[in-house]
Order: sequence, then C-alpha cells, then structure tokens
Amino acid sequence: MNLENFLIMRHELVLTIVTLILLIAELSISDKSKHKIIPIAIGLFTINLIIGFLPTISGSLFGGMYQTTALQVTMKNILNLGVLVVLFQSVKWLKEEENKIKISEFFLILFSTLIGMQFMISSGSFLMLYLGLELATIPMAALVAYDRLRTKSAEAGVKLILSAALSSAVLLFGISLIYGTTGSTYFNIVGSVFTSNSLQTLAFIFFFSGMAFKISLVPFHLWTADVYEGAPINVTSYLSVISKGASAFILLIVLFTVFKNIVEIWQNLLYVIAVSTMTIGNLFAIRQQNMKRFLAFSSIAQAGFILLGLMGANITGMTSVVYFVFVYIFSNLGAFGVVSVIYYQTSKENMDDYNGLYHTNPKLSLIMMLSLFSLAGIPPVAGFFGKFFLFTAAAASGYYWLVFIAVLNATISLYYYLLVVKAMFINKNDTPIAYFKTDTPAKISLIICVIGVFIVGFMSIFYQYFQSIGFGI
Amino acid sequence: MDILSLLVVIPIITVLGIMFVKDPKHVRIVSAIGMGLQLLLAGYLVYAYLSARNAGDTSEMLFMADHVWYAALNIHYTVGVDGVSVAMIALTGVVVFAGIFASWQVDFLPKEFFISLILLASGVFGFFISLDLFTMFLFYEVAVIPMYLLIGIWGSGPKEYAAMKLTLMLMGGSALLLVGLLGIYTNSAPNGGPLTFNILEIAKVHIPIEAQRMFFPMTFVGFGILGALFPFHTWSPDGHASAPTAVSMLHAGVLMKLGGYGAFRVAIFLLPEAAHELSWIFIILTSISVVYGAFGAIVQKDLKYINAYSSVSHCGLVLFAVLMMNKTAMDGAILQMISHGLMTALFFALIGMIYGRTHTRMINEMGGLMKIMPFLGVAYVIAGLASLGLPGLSGFVAEMTIFFGAFQHVDTFHRVVTLVAVSSIVITAVYILRVVGALLFGPIKNEHFLHLDDAKWFERLSTVTLIIAIAAIGLAPFWLSTMIGDSLQPIIDKLSMVIPG
Repeated sequence: MNLENFLIMRHELVLTIVTLILLIAELSISDKSKHKIIPIAIGLFTINLIIGFLPTISGSLFGGMYQTTALQVTMKNILNLGVLVVLFQSVKWLKEEENKIKISEFFLILFSTLIGMQFMISSGSFLMLYLGLELATIPMAALVAYDRLRTKSAEAGVKLILSAALSSAVLLFGISLIYGTTGSTYFNIVGSVFTSNSLQTLAFIFFFSGMAFKISLVPFHLWTADVYEGAPINVTSYLSVISKGASAFILLIVLFTVFKNIVEIWQNLLYVIAVSTMTIGNLFAIRQQNMKRFLAFSSIAQAGFILLGLMGANITGMTSVVYFVFVYIFSNLGAFGVVSVIYYQTSKENMDDYNGLYHTNPKLSLIMMLSLFSLAGIPPVAGFFGKFFLFTAAAASGYYWLVFIAVLNATISLYYYLLVVKAMFINKNDTPIAYFKTDTPAKISLIICVIGVFIVGFMSIFYQYFQSIGFGI
Repeated sequence: MDILSLLVVIPIITVLGIMFVKDPKHVRIVSAIGMGLQLLLAGYLVYAYLSARNAGDTSEMLFMADHVWYAALNIHYTVGVDGVSVAMIALTGVVVFAGIFASWQVDFLPKEFFISLILLASGVFGFFISLDLFTMFLFYEVAVIPMYLLIGIWGSGPKEYAAMKLTLMLMGGSALLLVGLLGIYTNSAPNGGPLTFNILEIAKVHIPIEAQRMFFPMTFVGFGILGALFPFHTWSPDGHASAPTAVSMLHAGVLMKLGGYGAFRVAIFLLPEAAHELSWIFIILTSISVVYGAFGAIVQKDLKYINAYSSVSHCGLVLFAVLMMNKTAMDGAILQMISHGLMTALFFALIGMIYGRTHTRMINEMGGLMKIMPFLGVAYVIAGLASLGLPGLSGFVAEMTIFFGAFQHVDTFHRVVTLVAVSSIVITAVYILRVVGALLFGPIKNEHFLHLDDAKWFERLSTVTLIIAIAAIGLAPFWLSTMIGDSLQPIIDKLSMVIPG
C-alpha cells in the first residue's frame, strides 16, 4: 500500500491526525491556559475541512471494506462544514468555568464520533459499517453526559448508551442474518444476491430497525426527546443535525446499493414509517415549550421528510436527499445557534422567554425566523427548495398521496414554527430578554448559516453537482 | 434585465432601501418612491403591450425571458405576459401604490411594516409574470407568508387567531396545490422527453385523462382556497377584519385574485377535460359562495366583516365565471377580478380611514358621517355603487359580462345556477345601501364625531387613485376587454378541442 492509496481515506486520516495532535497538546498545555485548546482545535479542524475539498480520488481500500467516490467525499464535506458551525457555537459554552478542565475532551470525543460516521459513509462492508457505528455511538454517550453535574445530562447519557446498545444488537442481528443467508458481508456481493425471501426480508427489517434508531424514526424515536433535552445544547445540535444527517446518508447508500433488489419491500416499509414519523413528530412538537425539546421533535418530523426522497429510489431521490440534508444543516444549526446563544447568555430556554425578543434583539430574532422558515419550507429560503425537491422525487415515483400527507404535515409544522415567530415578534412581554452582544464565534456560525440558507436555494449549482455525482437504482 | 423581472426587482430594491434608512418619514418616502416607480412601470407595460399588439405581434406571450435554473429538473425562470397578466399587474400596481399611502400613519415599527408589505407585493408581481409552475408556486408562497406578520403584529381585534387561521388555511391550500402542480409536472411528457414546469409547453401536450381527474380538483381547490371558495372561505372574514388597512386592501384587492388567476391559468388551461367533467361540482360550490357571501354581509355589523363577506361573494363570482368556460364569461371573470380588486381596496382604505377617526367599525354606532367628512363619504358611496354594479362604474361591466356569458349555456343546470348567482346582485344592493344609509346619512349618533376632520392629502391621493381606475374601467371598458379577450383565445381554443359542441 503506497501513499497515494492512503490519500483515498484522507478525511479519516487527517481527522485522526488532528485528534492525535490535540491529545499531545492537551498533555503539554498547563491547566491555566487550557482555553488555548479551543482555537487550536478549531483551526486544525478548519484545515481538515479544507483538505476535504481537495480534488477527489475515488477508489477502495482493504479489499473493498472501504470505498470512496465523489458522493462519499461530498457527504463528508457537508458533515465537516456542519461540525465547524457546531464548534463555533460551542466556544462560549466551553469557556465556562466548570468546563475548563475538560475542554480538549469535548473535541477529542466529538472528532472520534465524526471519524466513526465518516467510516460508516465510506464502508463497503457491513463489518466496517458496524465498526464505524460503534465508534460513532459510544463516545457520543460521553458527549451527551458532558455536563456531568447536571442530573439530566447524566441521565441522558445513560439513556443514549442503553438505547444505542439495544439498537446495535438489533442491527447486528440483522447483519448476522444477512451474512448467514448470503455468505458475505461485502456490499457489492450482498447486493447482487439479495432477494426478497422471507429470511432475507427479516434480515433487512432488523438492519433497518437498527438504523431507524439512529435517525430516530417513529417508532424508534422515544429516546430522542429526553436525550436531546438532557444533553448540552451544542451536543444536541450535533446529534440532531450531524449525527442524523450522517445516518441519513448511510441509509441512503445502503438502501440504494445493498438492498436494491428488494426496492418494493423497503418502499412499502418506508411509506408507513414516513407517514408516522412526520405525523407523530409534528404532533408532539406542537406541545413543546422547551426549545430544545421543540427542535428535537421537529427534527424527528424532518427525518420523515427525508424518507420521501429515499422512496423516490432514483437519482432525483438521491440528489434531493443529499441536498435536503445540506440545507437542513444550515437551517437547523441556525435555529440551534440562536437557542444556544440565548441559553448561555441568560439560561433561558423556554418559548415564553422568547416573548418580545424582536424588540430587544432584532438580529437574533430575524435569524431565528429565517431558520424556522427554512425548516418549514417557506420560500425564498433554501428549505423551500429542499422540501420541493424531496416532494418532486416522491411524486415522480407516483407517491402523490404520500406527498399530500407530507405537505399537510409541513403545514402543521408551520403552525408550531410560527408559534416561535409569534413569541418573538408579536407577544408582549414586560421583561423581555435584555439586549446582549453575541460572542464572535457564535456570530460567525450564525452568519455562515444565514448565508447558506439564502444562497443554497437560489444557486442551482449545488443541486446540479449533487445530481452529477449521485446514482439511482 | 428584461422589463418583467424589473417588476420583482424594484420591490426588492425598495426593501433594501428601506433597510438602510432610519427615520420613519424616510421609510415612507422610500416606499412611496419605489411603489410609484412600480406603478409607472406597470403603466408603461400596459402601453408597451398594447403597442406591440397593434404592431401586429400575435404571439401568445410577450416580453418573454427564459433562464435555466435547475437544469436537472428542467426548472426554468420563465416570465412572459399576455393581456390578462398585464391587466392584473396594472391592478396590483394601483392597489399597492394606494396601499402605501393608506398606511402613511403606521407608527408602530413602520420599517418592518413597509418591508413586509412590499415583500408581499413582490410575491404577487412575481406570480403574475411567471410562466413556470415552480417559480409561480414560489412567488405564491412568498406572497402568503408576510401576511402572518402583517396581521399578527399590526392587526386589530383577535389578530393572532386570525393571522394563524389565515396562514394555515392558505398553506393547507398550497399543500393541495403543490400536489396538483407536481402531478401536472410528472405527467407533462406523456410521449416521453423531459418533464417540464413550463405552462406553455404543458398546454401543448395532452395530459392523460386519469391524471387530470386526480389533479384538477387539487389544483382548483388549492387556488380556490385563496379565492375564498366555499366552504374554504372562513379565513377570509377573520383575516380581513383583523388585518391593518393596507393589508386588507392588498389581500382582498390583489392576493385573492391569485386564486382566480391561477384557477384559470393553471387548473383550467392545463387540465381542460377534467375541468369540463368536474366543473359542475365547483359551479355549485361557487354559486353557494356568491349567495352565501352576500347574505353573510347582510347580517354583519362590523364594516370590515361586511366588506370581507362581500369579497367572498365577489370572488366566488370570479371562480363561477371561470368555470363557465366560455369566452364571454371568462372575459367577465377577469374584468370582475380587476373591478373587485379596485373597489374592495377602496372600501378597505375608506374603512381604515374612517376607523382611524371614529375608532369604531360598528355601523350602529355611527351615522351622519357625510356631513363631517364629505370627501370620505362621497368616496364610500362611489365604492358602494361600483360594488352593486351601477352602470358607468367597473362593477357593472364585469357582472353583466359574466352573467351574459353564463347564460349562453342552454342546459337547465347552468341556467339555474346562473339565476341563483344573479340573485346576489339584489342582495348586494341591500347590504350596500343599508350601510351607506346607516353610516353616512341620518343623525350623528356620537357628538365626538363632530370634531373629526376629513381626509388628509395622502388619504386623498390613495382614494383618488383608486376611484380614477374604477371610473376608467366603467366608462371605457373596451380597451381592457379587447386586451383580455385576445389573450383568452388560446385557452378557448384548448377548451373547444375537448368540449363537445
């Protein structure tokens, strides 16, 4: 194996090197100046992000266990971009007194999970997929329990690790059935011999259930709200945007390559799950007062929309899913960014606290409104385009009623997004959150999100590019 | 840049301009200049359109421009206008211009108010110039969503409830509409080839009848909700009553016309067979709208509710006429849209001005206003007379043409529903005259009213703009009628291919 071969997996390699450098830096920096880790980590990660955009080298490694094409590279770049935004949003929180001693752990753990997700995206075999999955999940529990002094955070960590263990078990059982019936764990071999006999269908369902846990599809969503609420806000946004986006990408690749022979079966399955995920996610989101729980449930509903693109099962479907996740990262991180800025400034995270926010903090309110409109799919922001293309993909495959249910759900979701808008713009409040200055890193992250939300929709170049690297069944 | 895109660009530049000024006075001036330019541009467009037609240009759409946007899905940014769209653009220009002056005194967050109002207008203009279903839908939603903030923040009464109800019902309508449009898109190339959103392209192909049967009701109801189709009209009275003056003007005057225009341009033009088959259902619904709206207006005591119900009735008449599917009735439908747009905007403007003085909208608390504010009083009478269809004003021309066209159908069903719809003229006369009598004449019920003043210069400007437009259409409908009539030919041709006889 020569050097050039290694460059194929440069995303994972560079990130591993970054992690190692951080480990060494952690050892050599005195306790007093631990906060210096933050700029180092963000700087290194930015370099990693830039390296990711260098020209793609396609190929496979380790006898086909690891494979990468322009599609995988794009997915990883999208995730990296999102992670950078999350890092910017975390700076103020990491500088808090109680976090000072564990700053570098945050980055180390977070990068490990990211490496895991990237391995999953590039996996060419169920073995690699499972390895990546565990790497992405187990450190995640530590991240969720990062505020160890808050009971809720610790509880959320335990909840995550337990449900993740269960879902891993289910997924592994599915994989074992797949291996048992096909004699291989490699995607290309399994994909070519997979049929819809009952044992293999069962294997698929187990595998899918395991993945559904990760994306928190109904009925595997019950862990989501508690974990999201308990975790520190920035971890929540990482979970609900990056982790969910990565899982959607992986599901996309696996469904389109490994399970392409049983496309009718998973289309029917996804139909039911899409309808219930959108509807239940929305109905629960309506009643939430806590902004974190609110965004958690709304992100469950968003996952339901992603399924519509998957069901398209053609190149339009794949393109629209990648595009939607890309847009979703900007819109949801914009919303989470505002929530986190406000929380770390004022410790307020209820919708009532936002009453009259526009009169004191107009810019934050506008960003929040744009992000929510993008999540709801209102033009001219990018969410509209994302949703429209998902619906187009589903309609092109003839799922008109599903699209109708989905658009109705989008209307329901508009209701609760408007509740927040109403709180900020319309509701009166004698003691609104006073004006404050947003810290610079968070400001940068919000600017990235706003720019993303505006230009991604109007510039068709992103969609065209995703289309050019995508594939259908 | 082509002339039509300017119609969207000017509002956006105006919005950017407003963002950069601080003083509320400057905000108003920038808005007025921007929308004044817009009105001039709309006027120029009418002139350019007529000269092009006189010069013998017979293409279906003029001033076309086409840019590929999302090539993978064959989504284009395509603009172009025919006589109908030009007329609607002129209407929008007038109403928006008048709306700016009617809201001259908005003092709570004026900057945000004018930004939202002009964004809304840009959506409406964009909708009327679009020839691509995707951009059309995009502009449609752009036009609907600022409404939430406009009503929620600057409205009166149960404004939060009304704003939410209006937004959700219209968005629910756009859910139906979106499915309908996607259905049209996925069936737009029955003979193979790339799918398209382009209206002119789709009009050339024959969409399979099964698909038409599925998607016509969705598209029609989707647009119909915005056009206050019974039983989906309930957002309209609440929304209008709670909205601030300029928003009611724009909403009833222009936004509801998006429904009628879309029903005619998309639902019937692209899905003619299903439209012919299923029209009876919607004809019944629209005639209920017409009569029910009129009766609703009779029993209301709040001026805005009266006018809102009257809008339900008049907009119902638009959809009713569109469904008659012959040239005369459709001609009338477009005339009615413009006529109603102008006079309802005038009504809402006047109601806003009166309310701003008397601080009540209940007719039983007012009386004798003619003596106190003669200018507003006379304007109100003119609006009322236009509404009940007095010859010489726009309403008469429109309604006459509609009923004339509707009566051209010889079968019993059409005759009966036409008779039912005609009855609305009488009912309209009842509620208009009742209001005029109670509001303007008779004893002055509240002596505080004696100190009220008449219209200020900006209010006069707003009112006079609208009255001139109403009278112009009423006295000289022929140029408008020709402009519309020629442009209706393609849709009539398309219909005559599918309708037997």
